[in-house]
Amino acid sequence: MDIYQEKILDHYHSPRNTGTLEHPTHRHCANNPTCGDKICITLIVENNIIVDIKFTGEGCAISQAAASMVTEKIKGDTTENALKLTRDDIVKMLGVEIGIGRIRCALLGIETIQKAIQCGQVNKN
Amino acid sequence: MNIQDIKQDFPIFARQKDLVYLDSAATSLTPQTVIDKLCDYYTTYNANIARGLYKISAQATEEFEMSRGSIAQFIGANENEIVFTSGTTMSLNMIAHGLAHNITSQHNIVTTVLEHHANFIPWQQVCKNVKAEFRVAVLTDHDEVDQNDLLELIDENTRIIALTHVSNVLGTIIPLQDIIKKIRIKNPNVIIVVDAAQSIAHVPINVRDLDCDFLAFSIHKIFGPTGVGVLYGKKDQLEKLQPLFTGGEMIESVSTCDTTFRELPHRLEAGTPDIAGVIASRTAVDYLLHIGFETILTHEKELLTYCMEQFHDHFGQEIRIIGPQNSVNRSGLISFTFGSFHPHDIATILDDSVSVAIRAGQHCAMPLHMESLHLNATARVSFSVYNTKQDIDTLIVGLHAVQKTLS
Repeated sequence: MDIYQEKILDHYHSPRNTGTLEHPTHRHCANNPTCGDKICITLIVENNIIVDIKFTGEGCAISQAAASMVTEKIKGDTTENALKLTRDDIVKMLGVEIGIGRIRCALLGIETIQKAIQCGQVNKN
Repeated sequence: MNIQDIKQDFPIFARQKDLVYLDSAATSLTPQTVIDKLCDYYTTYNANIARGLYKISAQATEEFEMSRGSIAQFIGANENEIVFTSGTTMSLNMIAHGLAHNITSQHNIVTTVLEHHANFIPWQQVCKNVKAEFRVAVLTDHDEVDQNDLLELIDENTRIIALTHVSNVLGTIIPLQDIIKKIRIKNPNVIIVVDAAQSIAHVPINVRDLDCDFLAFSIHKIFGPTGVGVLYGKKDQLEKLQPLFTGGEMIESVSTCDTTFRELPHRLEAGTPDIAGVIASRTAVDYLLHIGFETILTHEKELLTYCMEQFHDHFGQEIRIIGPQNSVNRSGLISFTFGSFHPHDIATILDDSVSVAIRAGQHCAMPLHMESLHLNATARVSFSVYNTKQDIDTLIVGLHAVQKTLS
């Protein structure tokens, strides 16, 4: 099946939760060295709940749409659930088959978020 | 020669009926004669080389050494100057690390920003290890190697200069013979290493005329099997190479105290090589020469010109061609950007919609993309003898599909 389905193109053209939070509790940036895709995530976590999340990024339609969709998916959910998301969950969320050549693009968003939660805590001064 | 006939030499087109293969700069397709030669070894004289005292081993050894002769002749070298490796990357690493013992912190190594990582990182690593200076020549405003800058970087402490012959991103054919002459005047003692991975299929090479000290290329770019590379070195330069790998097939005698190595080139070929691959390399070279460089070059130039025209006619300024804007001094490839579409999306949609195979990304040339071109990625089409104008027409149809899908 063609991976450029309506839902993916919708998120690519109008990504949700874009921007940078002013006072995040967690942040992380990562890139995909094979194609130069880049994602930066800022999060506000309170009592293990992701109360807000924003991302900025540049790159292919798959990486940007997947990042947009995953921010929607985890906003309001627990960090525990966000950390549990696997490759299969992301493929299911996208609703299309992602080949070996594009899976890195699809996972960049969630991997950046998980890294932010695990080791991207912002020091409060 | 009829190009439609050439297509029939490549069995993949009978199995992948819709395939439009525009990624020959990554690896070329393989003609039936080469595949037959590979099978021939495994089915008729499947034996290890060099030491066997029986008929089929002798046959394998003879076939293997005949390939060495063919490859030597193909680039104007002597047989004992040809070392078989696993590919260009291995060849370049063997040269870089095999020469490292002659480099100190007083020295410098010079290269250019448009090198493939395989001709960049080994030198960067060697410099880092011995604290030598790593000097990188920039490009001119026209994305050509800045010869003045390159020559400026060379001084009496320069030990090695590593240069690509054809850029795998820009497609530019570098006037190496001319540049090497100038380098020799500036510093006659410098060792000149040429990465011929991209030129070997598109430019007739004679290492004596070129006057390089080392040259590396892969057989899979010239219709041969993957897993075979060539390391050419002038006899006296090869002598300086320390064997990176030691073991079977490369020794004369071994005792608990010491080991003496075999003569060149065998001392640089430790272990059992890709015997079938090396043997079939000769068939690949024969195939290339049977078509002839003149036919190849004329055909590729025609496709290049046609592709550039079609890009312009259909998409105008939306397609930006990277590197030289005409087909003069350009080998059979074009890297480009297309509107704001990401190259990965372009490649995926081309494959999904019209089965056109292209490459997208940084093509193992991050310094060039990030520091010179300031691009995150490019799309690249590359041509070979089996491509036709219809392939380019299909590409154009696919690019319209990209536009339609992503806009």
